Amino acid sequence: MTREIKYYEALREAQAQCLESDRDVVVMGLGVPGPTGVFGTTKNLVDDYGPDRVFDMPSSENAMTGMLLGASSNGMRPIMVHMRVDFAVLSMEPLVNQAAKWHYMYGGKMRAPLTVRMIIGQGWGQGPQHSQALQAWFAHIPGLKVIMPTTAHDAKGMLISAVRDDAPVISIEHRWLYGVSGAVPEEMYETPIGKARIMRPGKDVTIVAASYASLLALRAAEMLADAGIDAEVLDLRTITPLDRESIVASVRKTGRLVVADTGTAEFGISAEIVCAAVEGASESLKSAPRRIGLPSVPTPTSPALSEHFYPRAIHIAEAAAATLGTKVQLTEPATGKWHDVPDPSFTGPY
Amino acid sequence: MTPEAAIGGNARPEVEIRQELYRSMLRTRRVEEAIVDRYAEQEMRCPVHICIGQEAPPTGVSAHLQKQDHVYSAHRSHGHYLAKGGDMPAMIAEIYGKADGCAVGKGGSQHLIDLDAGFICSAPILASTISVGVGDAWAARRRGEDRVIVIYFGDGSTEEGAFHEAMNFAGVNKLPVVFVCENNLYSVHTLLEARQPENQTVRRLGPPNGMESFDGDGNDVEEVWRLAEYAVNKARNGGGPTLLEFHTYRWMEHCGPLDDTHLGYRSAEELESWKARCPVDNYRDRLIEDGSVDQAWLDSEESTLHKEIEAAFTAAQNGPFPNAEELFRHVYPE
Repeated sequence: MTREIKYYEALREAQAQCLESDRDVVVMGLGVPGPTGVFGTTKNLVDDYGPDRVFDMPSSENAMTGMLLGASSNGMRPIMVHMRVDFAVLSMEPLVNQAAKWHYMYGGKMRAPLTVRMIIGQGWGQGPQHSQALQAWFAHIPGLKVIMPTTAHDAKGMLISAVRDDAPVISIEHRWLYGVSGAVPEEMYETPIGKARIMRPGKDVTIVAASYASLLALRAAEMLADAGIDAEVLDLRTITPLDRESIVASVRKTGRLVVADTGTAEFGISAEIVCAAVEGASESLKSAPRRIGLPSVPTPTSPALSEHFYPRAIHIAEAAAATLGTKVQLTEPATGKWHDVPDPSFTGPY
Repeated sequence: MTPEAAIGGNARPEVEIRQELYRSMLRTRRVEEAIVDRYAEQEMRCPVHICIGQEAPPTGVSAHLQKQDHVYSAHRSHGHYLAKGGDMPAMIAEIYGKADGCAVGKGGSQHLIDLDAGFICSAPILASTISVGVGDAWAARRRGEDRVIVIYFGDGSTEEGAFHEAMNFAGVNKLPVVFVCENNLYSVHTLLEARQPENQTVRRLGPPNGMESFDGDGNDVEEVWRLAEYAVNKARNGGGPTLLEFHTYRWMEHCGPLDDTHLGYRSAEELESWKARCPVDNYRDRLIEDGSVDQAWLDSEESTLHKEIEAAFTAAQNGPFPNAEELFRHVYPE
């Protein structure tokens, strides 16, 4: 049966069902069995599955990642959780040098079915070290898979796919998606890794996006629709392996491309997506692709500065309109006083 | 308690074990010498970290290991691999980049593997395999598998944060691990004195991480054997981890087949003083003296080894390279 639940509840349900169905699944991370359960995503799992399967760890991101790598190559299917992407930076050595290459460099003899969840913070003063969206880092490493589910449905289905995948999977979750509800089946199901999804079909311009940027792209498409422009929104869902075919197919249809990403624009995933379109559909492109991402500056803490740092839906809509070369009147729906929360009901700190 | 008391004095192994210890050290020595002799042919096209001079620690430790026990290593891994029973021809083929190599030529000397022998992996980033081995121990205990994990590393690795993190976790959880530090005084060309506090041992790092630690002469295979017996048995019997530090010395350059004393970071005199403490030759002399072996036995061992090594090199040199399609295999598990 399908019902409406929030994104964070979908993540929790995915982990609960993985723990229930496979004795070799464990969930580890700072605060995982704690009172708040990593923004609710692991809350009370320890009550149902016990402290030997849902547990805390020393503040040792590097070695604890290596530890789970060793466990994963010996039959376990661990899930590691970082409250922010920024903490996972301490574990780049075992992820990049070891886990990513584990299968390849030992001639196919080793497997590392490890899932690492990490959360992108935004707003409420997350600042330079609690907000980084480093999907391009991980996507740059052959051997890793990188997923960024947007909907509650995909959050559950892709996390289950990640746990069952024999490759190391990095699941990057945007904190501003946690409170978004969606239709989610109660039963266990897999959403395939490596397949993008058309969130909104359109014929005039393609907006390729991922994670929270896909929600912004949907809002941009609504603004564009009001101005008579029919935008297609392609939600990547998986960063690597990249679904080039879906990107190319959409650009062939619309002839125009805007890419929206939650990460830094320069040297980010948007460059790869534009490249995929140019390589695969250059004859269809009617105008130069554009991209929307973060400027090349560290994240500022003050809401007065972060307001200018993060792009909004209107910026995506303006870029899309620009690819058509037409002057249109775009109207941004009224926003609250503050831009540093996903909606007015959201209050800090977090 | 002194290490000597903890490990039961200076008990010697049975004669058969002495012979096996010598045979194992000699085999590693002769394999390494064969690599050294042929490296200038430029056909082994990967870095090699030769372990001549450091044969005793892996030999003395592995003597207590069973097939299901797992070994993790770093860059100077040949001795660890061979002593655990790693397939020698597959190692040579791997160094030659051949399809019959233990990692299909994708790893080379720095990524040896032989799962059947319980040699799990080796990697050249300092301390990187230590936490992986700790995770293996954690998983093994969780899954009820009777297994001791031995993790080898050098003195340089003990300066990495990941080493301390992994030691801490093993200590907190009393995991069945034997941490074996081969302290050869240098991290590439950098002296221990430039990297660690004066007059300290690596051994000191055991107790703060919740485990016993001992150090010993890493060129005396029987001393290694005694210390390892204690640590391996303790791990097997649920007594938790131990840190062992063995003082030893590499004879060749950090990476490659040559003497490197001309670089000036260490002296020829220092090298000669360690060569005088050769773990293989001195043990041979001791075994002749105490009647454990005779010249006929030694000659027979040398002859057998020579044939085995020549056959492995011939097979590796004549074996096929991996096909070009192999480049794209194994990025993701199928």
